[in-house]
Amino acid sequence: MDERKIRVMVGKPGLDGHDRGAKVVAAALRDAGMEVIYTGLHQTPEKIVETALQEDVDVVALSILSGAHMTLLPRVLDLMKENGMNDVLLTGGGIIGKEDMAELQRMGSGRLFGPGTPTQAIVDYIHEWAGERAAPRA
Amino acid sequence: MSPTIEETRTANGGRVTTTARDDSPRMKRLEERVRAWEERRAEQSVRDLDFTTTSSMPVAPLYTPLDTAHIDPLEDIGLPGEYPYTRGVYDSMYRTRLWTMRQFAGFATAAETNERYHYLLAHGQTGLSVAFDLPTLMGYDSDHLMSEGEVGVCGVAIDSLADMERLFEGIPLDQVSTSMTINGPAILFLALYVAVAEKQGVDSTKLRGTIQTDPLKEYIAQKEWLFPPEPHLEIVVDMMEWCTRRAPLWHPISISGYHIREAGSTAVQELAFTLADGFTYVERGIAAGLDVDSFAPRLSFFWNAHNDFFEEVAKYRAARRIWARHMKERYGAKNPRSMLMRFHTQTAGCSLTEQQPENNIVRTAIQALAAVMGGTQSLHTNSMDETFALPTEKAVKIALRTQQVIAYESGVPNVIDPLGGSYFVEALTNRMEEEAEEYFRQIEDMGGVVAGIEEGFFQREIAEAASRYQAEIDAKRRVIVGVNEFIEKGEALEIPILRIDPRYEREQIERLEKIRAERDSDAYESSMEGLRSAIRAEENLMEPVLNAVRAYASVGEIVELMKGEYGTWREPEIF
Repeated sequence: MDERKIRVMVGKPGLDGHDRGAKVVAAALRDAGMEVIYTGLHQTPEKIVETALQEDVDVVALSILSGAHMTLLPRVLDLMKENGMNDVLLTGGGIIGKEDMAELQRMGSGRLFGPGTPTQAIVDYIHEWAGERAAPRA
Repeated sequence: MSPTIEETRTANGGRVTTTARDDSPRMKRLEERVRAWEERRAEQSVRDLDFTTTSSMPVAPLYTPLDTAHIDPLEDIGLPGEYPYTRGVYDSMYRTRLWTMRQFAGFATAAETNERYHYLLAHGQTGLSVAFDLPTLMGYDSDHLMSEGEVGVCGVAIDSLADMERLFEGIPLDQVSTSMTINGPAILFLALYVAVAEKQGVDSTKLRGTIQTDPLKEYIAQKEWLFPPEPHLEIVVDMMEWCTRRAPLWHPISISGYHIREAGSTAVQELAFTLADGFTYVERGIAAGLDVDSFAPRLSFFWNAHNDFFEEVAKYRAARRIWARHMKERYGAKNPRSMLMRFHTQTAGCSLTEQQPENNIVRTAIQALAAVMGGTQSLHTNSMDETFALPTEKAVKIALRTQQVIAYESGVPNVIDPLGGSYFVEALTNRMEEEAEEYFRQIEDMGGVVAGIEEGFFQREIAEAASRYQAEIDAKRRVIVGVNEFIEKGEALEIPILRIDPRYEREQIERLEKIRAERDSDAYESSMEGLRSAIRAEENLMEPVLNAVRAYASVGEIVELMKGEYGTWREPEIF
């Protein structure tokens, strides 16, 4: 049975430097037993995907509060598709708004989490996603 | 017979608290009655909650003269406008003049923001405050790769002097005071403001306002540094020195705790880390050969106003006292104006909720009240919709009216430091001062603020405090109305949200290309060369930067040149 820890990359795309949420989530995921690769601030979509491939992550978790998410996240999704990262989850959160979240999910992202989300909800979501990936329903 | 005051010092995990025993018969009777009251209270049920401040500091259910017997009303508390300024920086405070109502504003491009400034001024705002977009804050031009999708979204896009002139069109700079929230490229923006004033025929000696500048808190919290710490600190000294000569009414720096708090620190950490940053700037100024009294009067501060009402009031009072004491006793300031911790306050953005946003109006009002009761010189109140976007006109008007209701209807500004003498507030003020001093010792032991930044001390403290706060919320030990209690499932958003049209980015880029094409390229080239030479010769950079902005060099071009000379900086990855 695969005992490998879930590998999550946590980072921030674009110029937004407000990393309180990213750090709190990274710590919560680590405390929940996941392997967290924290890539920090000012990441370009290209760098994010490059690091995700290098680190062989299961989950890419991005935090963005600047309002530039509809420019940056679709680009990450495109690059993930180009690189065949079909079983890697893109999740994240910040100031994204429900309409934009729905649009991004239509484009292929996983669930996104806004202000007020309990950290356990994010942990549970990733565990659930990992479980379904390991044992996909027929 | 006069009472005897004994001091007993108890150490508790390194902290030293002083309690005094006043043996007068009255105090003895009080002690007995407090004991009896405690016994009665112990028999009653207690709500299942942690009665702590946001600094996880337990607070007692009651404070009495027993808690303040050791506090000297003259030496420790004093009077407003008198050392150590615990009660206020001025003799007369709001009796003479209310705090400045200064709403942070900026979005899209200079034209739209200029319109918002005229709106706010017409509605009774008394000072301007500029919010720049992320590309501008990070020193990138609007057409840079990193700027895509970000132009004008979080603030106003300023690429050159042309934008700056448009931003202040119709606003005479000798008649307003302006605060500019920008740090990495601060020296450029001071120069830009001076250059706009020049075009208006206003001399720099008349300019009133503040530029945030504070690089140390960038490494600690806001993360908008451009270069490594040393060059940024040298630039701070350049700006301080230039202002003493050419802009004596201007504040070249706003030593900030707001962002440290927003990043998740406790109130005590906000207090201690901010003042430690301030001490570092003072030390750098003195080390550069400046007389402390020549620049210290123009140092200003910027604090957060978070939810825990009395903790915030105590924080501001403690800050005033600590700053005055250190400036006088450690740095040898002689001019009383060098000892004044004058400050702007912003209500806590991080306390606002996306759920039931109208509740944010209430949070902001309580926080604003704490800032006023703490004696702030200037105040920004957040709008209820700021968890979603930049504020709409209506939301920001309510925020401004909040200040006006406090100012004119609450009666609070009528009395100076009205909470002075409160057993609780005086005890808490003292306690926060003691805990801050504990941090100062730690910081000194590790070699100072810059050493602490490089080894990640502040970042780690803040990350831990942020995680702790979130854990309290997750476990419902800390209630946030609408978020983990009093929830409305499936609530629909009923307030309008500001959206920034992507056309602004395109238009801004076109404008920038036109500026570059039409400027005097010789003037541009020689001013940039002059800046490069000045950096290498370690001269004061203000005049060279002024020349560059006058020649319509863009923000990105100037910053790129400076990065070429100074390098950049990567932070330790701590979470």
